[in-house]
Amino acid sequence: MSTDIEVVGAGPIGLAIGWRCAQRGMTVRVVDDGRTGAAHAAAGMLSPVAEAYFGEEALTGLLVESAKRWPAFAAELGDVGYRDDGTLVVALTSDDLAEAERLRAYQASLRLPITAMRASELRDREPRLSPRIRGGALAAGDHQVDPRKLVPALREAAIAAGASITLGEAGPAGVTVVAAGCGSAALAGVPVRPVKGQVLRLRAPDPGPPGFRHVIRGYADGRHVYLVPRADGEVVVGATVEELTDSAVTAGAVLDLLRAATDLMPDIAEYHLVEVVAGHRPGTPDNAPILGALDGRPGVVVATGHYRHGIVLTPITADLIADLVEKGVPDPMLAPFTPARFLS
Amino acid sequence: MPLTIAGESFGSRLILGTGGASSLTALEEAVKASGTELVTVALRRVEAAATMGGGLLDLLDRCGVRLLPNTAGCYTATEAIKVAHLAREAFETPWVKLEVIGDERTLLPDGVELVRAAEELVADGFTVLPYTTDDPILARRLADVGCAAVMPAGAPIGSGLGVTNPHHIALIRQNVEVPVILDAGIGTASDAALAMELGCDGVLLATAVTRAADPARMAAAMRHAVEAGWLAAGAGRIPKRFHALASTPDEGRPDL
Repeated sequence: MSTDIEVVGAGPIGLAIGWRCAQRGMTVRVVDDGRTGAAHAAAGMLSPVAEAYFGEEALTGLLVESAKRWPAFAAELGDVGYRDDGTLVVALTSDDLAEAERLRAYQASLRLPITAMRASELRDREPRLSPRIRGGALAAGDHQVDPRKLVPALREAAIAAGASITLGEAGPAGVTVVAAGCGSAALAGVPVRPVKGQVLRLRAPDPGPPGFRHVIRGYADGRHVYLVPRADGEVVVGATVEELTDSAVTAGAVLDLLRAATDLMPDIAEYHLVEVVAGHRPGTPDNAPILGALDGRPGVVVATGHYRHGIVLTPITADLIADLVEKGVPDPMLAPFTPARFLS
Repeated sequence: MPLTIAGESFGSRLILGTGGASSLTALEEAVKASGTELVTVALRRVEAAATMGGGLLDLLDRCGVRLLPNTAGCYTATEAIKVAHLAREAFETPWVKLEVIGDERTLLPDGVELVRAAEELVADGFTVLPYTTDDPILARRLADVGCAAVMPAGAPIGSGLGVTNPHHIALIRQNVEVPVILDAGIGTASDAALAMELGCDGVLLATAVTRAADPARMAAAMRHAVEAGWLAAGAGRIPKRFHALASTPDEGRPDL
């Protein structure tokens, strides 16, 4: 059966939904206002385990399920910078180690794959880590992808499957899917707010890949930082979390991120600083996405509010929303994420 | 008996900070469970625009709590005074929790800058609640320049070490007429109860609740602890003894 679907928002979520719907034979149009979205700044960590936090068990379940779908999803798209070298959690001081250990113990209590590691074990894996580090953990199943490769690949795949992608405003459609990130609040009245994040992009001084291969999630003197090494020599260092709507890049953010990064991996100081960018994550009150039909607005489905997890949640969001649009019935996995949870 | 600061009464003696909350939902549940009526927010961390979709200010409004802007992150009197003025304009309140931090590692107050900033803000008509060290003389100086309360640290911010110098907190209580609010260092409920037993009029805390595995549960614990400590402080505790004292005396017992 052919259905008329309009997807608002050509970020990874909107494009993937459009692609999946087009693959199922629906007539799909993806519209976008042309503004830069969160994916431009995103580091692309696929970290269901290291991101798992107290009280967010439903979200963790969805992250785990989506991460499982990533290898096949990436294989369908071609080169999206998918790397499965795993993630190291690294703590600098004993205070940092206590914090990292507390979270690791919680993650292990959920039976998530994470292993405590001594400092020497971490440095065997990544010799460039500072001799000062105290310990950490290995989350071997937490991978990465490059969002700046993912978005063009999704556009290409969606177009190849028959979807059209245009600049402009939403028009009439059988079903409208609002996947507009921070813009979704105005379009659909859902509680999505911009949460500013400043992110750096460095480049290894020598040609070729950077001198480390794992994603590093660090705790350095109370500061949180991540370092994501790409095969082409890029290293993404992030990120601040600020309840602000402006896009200024600040000296303090660069200082904090680089101090933490160089505390953990001293030779980062030799890398070239090639970009500082501020993006806005589409945050929700409970940090989980808003997925499902909008009550009182027949024919409107929302898929937004992915906050820090947009890239990892792209495959499962696309599958579940395409299912919902096609069958008209939500998958039980969507239950904790309905827009209705914010209505009370 | 309510807590009275600068002529305003609060039914709860617990003041909550928002820093460290993992999500707005977790924060809202904690604010409600704490029973607090006063919540402190760093101006730098929020935009004053109350239009923020589902943001922090809407949340506090929904909980019906009063907002106490703070100058967290300021290192000089000049900077703190500037931020206090911005806060007064943005939030339309002359109340300010004055923080002037001395260094990044301890986050302890810089007493010299603090007194300078407090003096000027009081002269400018602010109701000033300074975050100070556990120094009784400094606390008295702050009260002398006209602060509406003094808020000594139990221990460094976020350390969870509790009340590291109980004697000084008790001295501060004796040294000033204004309310004494223990601010910073609380790790768990017994720390908050101890602060109240030492004579504090209230407790301000953030991390102990916001970073707990179950923030709402810890917030409820703090609510009870502050109330328990306040009740105990006024109930006239028994003296400590070296040896036991039978709770039922021997004299006059019937011969059975």
